[in-house]
Order: sequence, then structure tokens, then C-alpha cells
Amino acid sequence: MLTEATPTNVARKPFLGRIGEVPHLGLVAALVLLAIVGLVTRPENFATSSNLVSILALASTIGVITVGMTFVIIGGGIDLSVGAVMALSSVWATTLATQSYGPAVMILCAVLVGTGAGLVNGFLVSYGRMVPFIATLAMLVAARGLAQRMSGQRTQLVQQANSAIVELSTTRVLGLPLLVYVFALVVVLGWILLNRTTFGRRTYAVGGNPEAARLAGIDVRRHTMLLYGLSGLCCGIAAVLIMARTTTGSSTHGDLYELDAIAAVIIGGTLLSGGRGTIIGSILGLLIFTVITNLFILNGLNTSDQLIAKGLIIVVAVLMQRRGALTGT
Amino acid sequence: MPASPPDTAPLLAMRGIVKRFPGVRALDGVDLEVRAGEVHCLLGQNGAGKSTLIKILSGAHQPDEGEVLLDGEPVRLATPTAAMRQGIATIYQELDLVDGLSVAENILLGHERATYGFTRRGESNRVAADLLRRLGHGEIPPTVEVGRLPPAAKQIVSMARALSHDARLIVMDEPSAALAHDEVANLFRIIREITAQGVAVVYISHRLEEIREIGDRVTVLKDGRTVAVGLPATTPTGRVVSLMTGRDVEYVFPPRPAPSGDRPEVLRVEGLTVPGVFADVSFSVRAGEIVGLAGLVGSGRSEILEAVYGARRASGRVLLDGRAVPPGSTTRAVRLGMGLAPEERKAQALLLDQSVTRNITLAGLTRFARAGWMDRRGEAAEAARLVETLDIRPPDPRRPVKTLSGGNQQKAVLARWLVERRRLLLLDEPTRGVDVGARAELYAVIRRLADEGVAVLLVSSEVPEVLGLADRVLVVREGRIVHEAPAVDLDEHRVLDLVMVSTNEESRVD
Repeated sequence: MLTEATPTNVARKPFLGRIGEVPHLGLVAALVLLAIVGLVTRPENFATSSNLVSILALASTIGVITVGMTFVIIGGGIDLSVGAVMALSSVWATTLATQSYGPAVMILCAVLVGTGAGLVNGFLVSYGRMVPFIATLAMLVAARGLAQRMSGQRTQLVQQANSAIVELSTTRVLGLPLLVYVFALVVVLGWILLNRTTFGRRTYAVGGNPEAARLAGIDVRRHTMLLYGLSGLCCGIAAVLIMARTTTGSSTHGDLYELDAIAAVIIGGTLLSGGRGTIIGSILGLLIFTVITNLFILNGLNTSDQLIAKGLIIVVAVLMQRRGALTGT
Repeated sequence: MPASPPDTAPLLAMRGIVKRFPGVRALDGVDLEVRAGEVHCLLGQNGAGKSTLIKILSGAHQPDEGEVLLDGEPVRLATPTAAMRQGIATIYQELDLVDGLSVAENILLGHERATYGFTRRGESNRVAADLLRRLGHGEIPPTVEVGRLPPAAKQIVSMARALSHDARLIVMDEPSAALAHDEVANLFRIIREITAQGVAVVYISHRLEEIREIGDRVTVLKDGRTVAVGLPATTPTGRVVSLMTGRDVEYVFPPRPAPSGDRPEVLRVEGLTVPGVFADVSFSVRAGEIVGLAGLVGSGRSEILEAVYGARRASGRVLLDGRAVPPGSTTRAVRLGMGLAPEERKAQALLLDQSVTRNITLAGLTRFARAGWMDRRGEAAEAARLVETLDIRPPDPRRPVKTLSGGNQQKAVLARWLVERRRLLLLDEPTRGVDVGARAELYAVIRRLADEGVAVLLVSSEVPEVLGLADRVLVVREGRIVHEAPAVDLDEHRVLDLVMVSTNEESRVD
């Protein structure tokens, strides 16, 4: 009998382990493999502290966005607007008017603009019943346009008076720039929110079976809206990080970040159909992407090859997870 | 009435068909014999195995045992395409047409008239028009988009598609369910014409009087077994009904407590209406009382439950403990103390990949949370307690709920509503897909809840279940409550009569 055959199987691999461990193991192995490639091909450059710091700094901006994206995708949606919303937030926060209020207001501005744009996405998806792909595609185009309009398509410098923001990238604690700590904090808070709170539990339910969630009394629409708001909030934080790193706000920031973020989430083992996934997986996926970029740069290879490699990695990662899912359950 | 076809060798013979699903024996030795040119009616209550049998016939399921013979030759219907190639076409209740394609494109879907992949549109339209004319519906233009057609015309298109495969046997699953009365007459005319051309029809319907009108012979299924093969359609209704209901399996129902009228009213429903689905439904449920809604699929019983729960917008009033329940919000309904175990357990209730614990606590997360922070130890303890109380097997709350049998999954759904005390439980088909032993346990759990003061509103397609479990029964037919009585005053025959009597027969009685 079917029901008799499974218990031993399950006993050997506890529930959490089956969903969490196996894909992460593969991701960690891939990272280790990439590190070995780095050590072999560029022994003098790869393992230096400056190189590792630059990998983490590079990963921080998209990393923060990836955390928000993970929530949206586990909740059964998708957010294509993240890069554009980040650009808009950076532009809005660096207008002369905003800058005149000082760095704290600039940060607040970036965060509010991002959250606001995310909530608009959420409203369109949940109460306007638009397909997430379409609603956030519209936001992508419109936010990019608004950013261009506000900035007159010029790059806006962070003024000397507000250099406190830039210090996020220049000040180092224990050898790491502050923005890496911001990234780490977002990851930790995201993990807690997803794994230890009712909000996280509802996110899995809404993405896994929206009808069951609704009939269990969960306000699916409100929750969906909050998920997009959360993604927008992450874009706002990412905007602060990119202002710190580049000392500018620009409508060209974050171009195609949505694709990198989605790819990182998918490589990390989150189902695009929702209901399953982890923050740690997404971050590992992102690190794999960032390390590859770093390896290509260190070895002086061109960016086209880098794109081809990334494309292959997405395919291989998803195929391996599919096989894992088929044999695992 | 078509003339009785001559007594030839059967076109189709199915012998000793057995089909098992995890935890259930859906078919347990079914025989069916259909002759060329006859209308063969398949009868049985919900869950008797009709749909499983059709799915085997259409190649969607494979039988575990038994054989299928066409013209006396054994055949294997491995896929729907293979069945179609053998001349067996199935028209499902929810028509499988593509709304965005034209009538002709739908009719020839999968075997388009084409040259090197380019469709020959003129020829396709001509072929389609010919088929429609053969069905007496030359007025349906082959070029129009199917989505624009009324249900009756869609039915014709489905039938034309079946004929386009040179079908020798057409299976029709409740073809009259979506049709108005005069459209049914037209459907019957078409069925007579195609059977006159030698095509056999397997006809499934709940409406017994239709079967007398259109059928030649009748096969009756009950609990996955054939109880009568090839009876003449003229067999008296009473005999057919008793064949359908007489059971081998006796359900064990918990004893009812003595009725007491002084318990407070928990649910009061007044004039509840969803246009086109049900109208002017009023009733009440007292604390500790189990009220059963009996009716056919499509009579509106599940929809009434959903409307009470706020999952479906309706006009009229729903009062819980005297307080108005706002329409359209399941969140409010749950907060006010309702709980629903929906009809489709997997699609509507469970997070299949997730653990039993997480499924149990889904509706009561706030009980384990302080400022949103989950007390996971408390959650696990409560889930473990409920797994033990309801005897969910295997008793491991960390297992993914999808690995449980149907009965244990249903217990997990019930457990969800035991986390926080409910005033009213709405149970829609609580024992669907649950085997006999587990049923008795579910009945006991439901009765125990009622004894603890919960008001229960129960929907079931199985009349004995409603009669055995409920204190009071409301009979629903075509969106209205047509009868109300204590369960002890009703029997299965009486309820089936009330449930199935057709509108025209009723007017004749009046």
C-alpha cells in the first residue's frame, strides 16, 4: 500500500531537511566549486580581502532586492519593477529639494518612495485583480519614465553636505563596508519574518494555495498587497545602498536588476509558482551569480561569455532541483 | 421512443473492471455491455463510480483488473487518443471546448484538415458545417468563436466533435445538466438521430424520468459494483431507486442525543439569495445541533454553505449568535467563530506540501503568536495534541499532509477548526474519498463536536450519511429548500424522491 511505503522514507529525511537541506547543499557545493576555480585561475587575486569585500559590496544592493523578491515569489507573485523602483527612489532622494533636508530625510524619502511604489503594485494585483507580471511591468516602465523626468535624465550627485550616506560604503567595520552590514541585517530580518512570524506563515499559505488560505480566514488580498509593499521597501533600502556606492542617484540605476534578482531566487530553489522557497537559498543563488561575474572580470573575459554562463547556470540549477523534487517526494 | 435495437453482439463489453486509488477501491468489479445503436443509461449515486468508469472508457484512467472488449475483441485504451481512435468519444459535463477558437477549429481540434501544417480553412468549415447539419443544427456558423455561443449550442459543437472522429460510441456525462427544458428535448432528438445511424450512446444523468424517455437499457452502479446490467429502461422507478440505494456496507453512526428545544440558536439565515444559483433560503441551526442539507450536485447546497461563510457574495441576512455577518469576507466569518471544511479538500483546504502541523494551525495562527512572533513550541504541542485527539495516522505531525490518506487529511482539516473554539462548523462533503472505516471515525468526531455545543451544518451527496448523522434535514432542489424534517422522520426513498423529482413532474402532481 502506498501509505505504508512512505514512512521509512520520511523518517530518514525529516520534513525540513527534505525541502531545505538538499538544494542548499547543491548551492554551497557550487559556490565552493567556483571558489576553487577562482583560486586556481587567479591565485594572487581571488582570495584577497579586497576582492572578497568587493564581491560582498556588489552583492549587497541586489541582495536586498532579492530578499523582497523572495517574499513576493513565495507568495505566488512576481515583481518586475524592482530595478526601476530602486532607480526612482534614488532619483527622488537626490533631488536638490530632498537633499536640502539632510541625509536622514534622503534615506526616509528613498524608503517611502520604494514602499509606495510597491504598495501601488500590490493594490493593482490584489484589489485591481491584475496579473502580477502585467502590473509590475507597467510599474517598471512608468517608474523608469518618472525617474527620467524628475532627473532630466541627468545623474544627480550626492552633495558634500550629505556625505554621511556615502560613508555607508567608505566606512569599514572589521574590514567590511557598512553597506554589507545593512545587507546582512536585511537578510536576518527577512529570514525571521519568513520563518518565525505569522506573516511568513501566511506568505507560504497564500502562495501555496490561495483558495485554502482564503477559506481558512486569511485576508489574501491584504497580504498580497503587503508582500509587494515589502518588495518596494527593499528597493528603497537598495536605493540608499546604491547612492552610497556610486554617490549618485540616477534613472539608469538598477537596469535589469529584476532579472538578476528573479534568477537568484529561482536558483535558490524557490518555486516560481509559489508556496515554497527560502531566503538562504536566494542569497546563495545571488552569491553564485556575483562570484561568477567576479571570476570573469578577474580573468579578463568579456561580459558576453559571462551572460552565457549565467544563462546556463539558471538552466542547470532548475533542472537539478526538478530532479531532486521528483526523487525526493 | 426509438425502436428497440435488434439483439446483436455487444459493441462494447467491460468485464470485472477494478480500479483502486490510494485508500479507496473506486471500482470493484464493474460490468457494462452496450449494443450498437442503443442509448445505455448509467445510474448510480455520487461516489458509486460512474465518473471513474467513464474515465477508463475514455482512456484517462487504466483499470487495475478486468477487460474491455470492442466488437468482441479485447482492446487497451491507454490514452484518450487511443480511445478516440477506437471510436469512443466522451463529452464531459464541463465541456472541453476552447473558447477562443472557431466552431470548425474546435470540431477538428487535434485532427485538423491541413497541408504541410497550413489549415485548409474552406474544407474545415465545410466538414464542420456538414457535421452540424447532420445534427440538425446547420444554423450554427462554423466560423463563429465558440466563446460566443450559448451552452446548448456548445453541447452541439461537442457532439459534432465526437462525430468528427467517426465515433461509434459516445459517452455523455450529464449532458442535460446545463440545458433548459426545450433544449433537452432537442438534445434527445439529436441522440435519437445519431443512434438511428448505429452509434451507441452511454448516457449519464441524475434525472430518472429522462432515462425513461431516452434510454433503452439501464446499468446501475453502487459502491463501485454493478448491481444491475442491462435492465430495460421501463423498469419501475422504485425498483431502480432501491437498486441504487440498497447497500452492502452499513455505516456506523453515533447515537443522537435526545432533542432539546431550549438550546440557543447559533446560526440564522434569512432570505439568502445568489441570483441563478439559489433563492430565498432561510433556516437556523441551534447549538449542539447537526443540520444536514440534502440535494444533488448543482442544486445549490455547496453554494449555500459558501454564502453563509462569506466566501460567496449573496443578498439576504446571515446572523451568528444574533450578530449580522458581513457578506463577502471569510476573514470576518472566521473571526466571528465559523469554520468551513470545503468540498474539494486538496484544492480548497490543504497546503499539500506542508506539514500536518502547519495545516492544522493555519486558521488559528494568532493563537500562537505574540506581536506576530510565532510560538513554535506551543504550535507543535497543540498540533500533536489534536493529532492524538482525532487519532490522525500516522501520528507524526511533521509529515507533509499530502502523504496522508483521504480520511486522515480530512481529520487534519477538522483539526484546523479545533485549534480555536468554533461556534459553527460548515462541513461540505466531509467523507468524500474517505473509506468506510475512517468514515465512522469522522462521524464520531462530528457528533462529539456537536455534543460540546458546536452548531454543525452538513452537506453530503450521500443521503444515508445525512439521515444518519444529522438531527434535522433540509432538502434542497434547484436552489430552493423544498422540505424540512427531523432526520428520524425521513427515509432514503423519500429524500431521493424529493431531491430528484423534476420540475415538470412536480407540476403534474400539482
